[in-house]
Amino acid sequence: MPTQKRVGRIEGVLLPLLLVVLVIVAAVTVAFARHFGWWLRPLASEHGAAIDRLFVITLVITGLVFILVQSLLALFVFRYRGENGRRAIFYPDNPRLEITWTVIPAVILTALIVSGGRLWSRIQLTPPPPDAFAVEVWGQQFKWAIRYPGKDGKFGRTDMRLIMGDNPLGIDTKDPASKDDIFFPAGEGELHIPVGKPVVIYLRSKDVIHSFYVPQFRVKQDAVPGMVTRIWFVPTKKGTFEIACAELCGQGHYTMRGVLIVEDEAKVREWLAQQSTVADLIP
Amino acid sequence: MAHEVHAYSEVHHEPKSFWTKYIFSQDAKIIGIQYLITAFVMGFIAMVLSWLMRLQLGFPGKAFPWLEKLLPNAAQGGILNQDFYLATVTMHGTIMIFFFITAAGTGGFSNFLIPLQIGARDMAFPFVNMLSYWVYLAACIVLVASFFVPGGPAGGGWTMYPPLSSTKEALMGSGWGATLWLIAMALFIVSTTMGSLNYITTVLNLRTRGMTMGRLPLTVWALFITAILGLLSFPVLFAAAVMLLLDRHLGTSFFTPYLVVSDKHIPHEGGNPILWQHLFWFLAHPEVYIAILPSMGITSEVLATNARKPIFGYRMMVASIAAIAFLSFIVWGHHMFVSGMNPMLGTAFMTTTLLIAVPSAIKTFNWLTTLWGGNLRFTTAMLFAIGFVSTFVTGGLTGIFLGNPPIDIQLHDTYFVVAHFHFVMGVSAVFGLFAGVYHWFPKMFGRMINETLGKLHFWLTFIGVYFVFFPMHYLGFLGVPRRYYAFDQYEFIPQALVHNINVVISIAAFLVGAAQLLFVLNFLWSVFKGPKADRNPWKANTLEWQAPSPPPHGNWGDELPVVYRWPYDYSVPGAPEDFIPQTVPPTPARVRGDGGDGGQQR
Repeated sequence: MPTQKRVGRIEGVLLPLLLVVLVIVAAVTVAFARHFGWWLRPLASEHGAAIDRLFVITLVITGLVFILVQSLLALFVFRYRGENGRRAIFYPDNPRLEITWTVIPAVILTALIVSGGRLWSRIQLTPPPPDAFAVEVWGQQFKWAIRYPGKDGKFGRTDMRLIMGDNPLGIDTKDPASKDDIFFPAGEGELHIPVGKPVVIYLRSKDVIHSFYVPQFRVKQDAVPGMVTRIWFVPTKKGTFEIACAELCGQGHYTMRGVLIVEDEAKVREWLAQQSTVADLIP
Repeated sequence: MAHEVHAYSEVHHEPKSFWTKYIFSQDAKIIGIQYLITAFVMGFIAMVLSWLMRLQLGFPGKAFPWLEKLLPNAAQGGILNQDFYLATVTMHGTIMIFFFITAAGTGGFSNFLIPLQIGARDMAFPFVNMLSYWVYLAACIVLVASFFVPGGPAGGGWTMYPPLSSTKEALMGSGWGATLWLIAMALFIVSTTMGSLNYITTVLNLRTRGMTMGRLPLTVWALFITAILGLLSFPVLFAAAVMLLLDRHLGTSFFTPYLVVSDKHIPHEGGNPILWQHLFWFLAHPEVYIAILPSMGITSEVLATNARKPIFGYRMMVASIAAIAFLSFIVWGHHMFVSGMNPMLGTAFMTTTLLIAVPSAIKTFNWLTTLWGGNLRFTTAMLFAIGFVSTFVTGGLTGIFLGNPPIDIQLHDTYFVVAHFHFVMGVSAVFGLFAGVYHWFPKMFGRMINETLGKLHFWLTFIGVYFVFFPMHYLGFLGVPRRYYAFDQYEFIPQALVHNINVVISIAAFLVGAAQLLFVLNFLWSVFKGPKADRNPWKANTLEWQAPSPPPHGNWGDELPVVYRWPYDYSVPGAPEDFIPQTVPPTPARVRGDGGDGGQQR
């Protein structure tokens, strides 16, 4: 009997080979990503630990599915590469099999939904404690402005119409709560926040949507003109961090770097006590 | 009283002149080819824009004198400037998603395949069909014109969030460029609406005798459901575009609150930028499924035909397309987890988003099982269809990270997102389009496209795209933000590592781009000089392969085909050949209770 000619000899071998190489390279680089330094930035907040855990779990699950599916694809392409004279199997369906691979992904995804939902509630649906250290950050093209509420712990009223010259945030000096506010025009100040204590950041914008992003804190929140958004977290490491803008805001979007310093609360209070207030700066 | 029955050819006047045959044609086949060619030209333009982007990202600060000669206003000193960089980002995305992928998938393949595969002579509304193409072309022209207006093209990203996109003081491209973008999108939406009306009506009303909904090829199911998706979702973007035009030109405040841009007060009252995001994403999320569903349908068809096996799980495949379409309407908020919208919405959208992975998983396993036990024939189309499965899985899995809000906090607006959507849309959906072009080329043009060049195109592209987009996942892990002109301002970004990754990506992108020339040359040469094609070179079952290559006006001559079976009777045990076209009547039943030949007549 003449040998059956295999049609597609090259494709039926090369494609599986490429898929196998893909699986190996992907698996190795992802598994060692942390070791190579291709990883999330070193963690510096409390809630970030749970985010990182969920991230790694998701990575493992999707990684295993990736390996499984690409490998099966490679295997089937190789194993069933064409052969003249051989007939394919007439196999139109198998309800039990289909139910299996409906239920298993549904179960896995439901588990991810439940754990994601719980973590999200902790991060976004739990209000900050009343004694959280509060600070207001304003985005504008292309720098960050900052305001602290001062000794009274209350931010004075603002009005966009009042923005001018020496009042870049539009603070309403008629509001008594504004007298002790400490503010820095965009690009002129540093954000000082205490370590180990809840910090709540109120985000505002003067012109377009910006986004307050500090990678090490696992924090990102859009700053939207016309409204106040809020994010809170507990910094766990002292040091100097960078704020990057994470929502396209124009030509200088990539230059919108801010500086954020985490230090002992006493040091923060000491620094604040030395700053000029609205009463000093705005006539 | 008997009346004379006229042959179709006597009653229907064939177009006679060059203009009515090839230019202002009402024949869906010609309109489909017009859409495909225009869409691929637009895709090529968008690809060139991506090369400019990659030039900047791979070689920041390096002056290229030829660049300055080419783009004197955009590349002073031989370096692309920031405004034009944002314009390339915006226009690349807009053109690729709407003017290339959507137009080719829905306009191109719906028109060419639906009437043929259901046994109809043409679409239900041929004049409106023709109009839909010309309105699409007008939209293309308006969009390309925006490159030549003062201030340049829109630069607010394809998502065009206001106030950036509503305020010319905030960005140069938010002047004329943004206005033309909005007008082009409005025209595009008019075009797709006309198309959707045609596709839905035709599938429901013009199926030939015996072609029940349960015997439709999966391409038709996919294109039909895509049309419904489009009909229901595009009008919302149309409304949003009108509102944004009003904010920009008539001083309304739908999306724009009181602004102070660089010390200039721009008084508005009460507008909310988040409203735009809701309206935009209400369309734009279904839109990405509009982009991928045609390719899913094509992949099912190409895999089954070339594996010589029925598509596995036809009913579940249809149900999962419907489930994806339904769910796609209620996931849009996953683009807005950190937007400032109520976080409770985050919980709701997370649930629906992670669930939409289930029907996608079903489809993936069904495609795999279609290959199992098959007798695989590796045409170029088949290679791209298999490539679709591989890249769709890669891209789809990263969606599971992004759909989970706590994880999305870290990955939102980073290169992880860029990797995700390129794998599913930029690679996977486009692979489906390539598979479709290679597979139906003989039917469209009556000639065979060169398989050797086609396969070379596949290998270079498949290998190349993994080099372009896989490393972007690592940039995402590192937290590198997207839409950045350069990365040198931040210490948290490891400079040497990120730079090297970007160089690899850029070079791979240029090579993949070059490989596409193989496709263009092959296509053009084969249209005129390719060997003549038979009626049914792939020995496939669906109706279009019963018509001549290419089919005449009216598709079927005097007699419409009659359908007796579903499209997937491949390798039926006992049948003389390994395929049984849909028009073959069942042989008389013997002992078994089936159609006699073991095939399916459901």
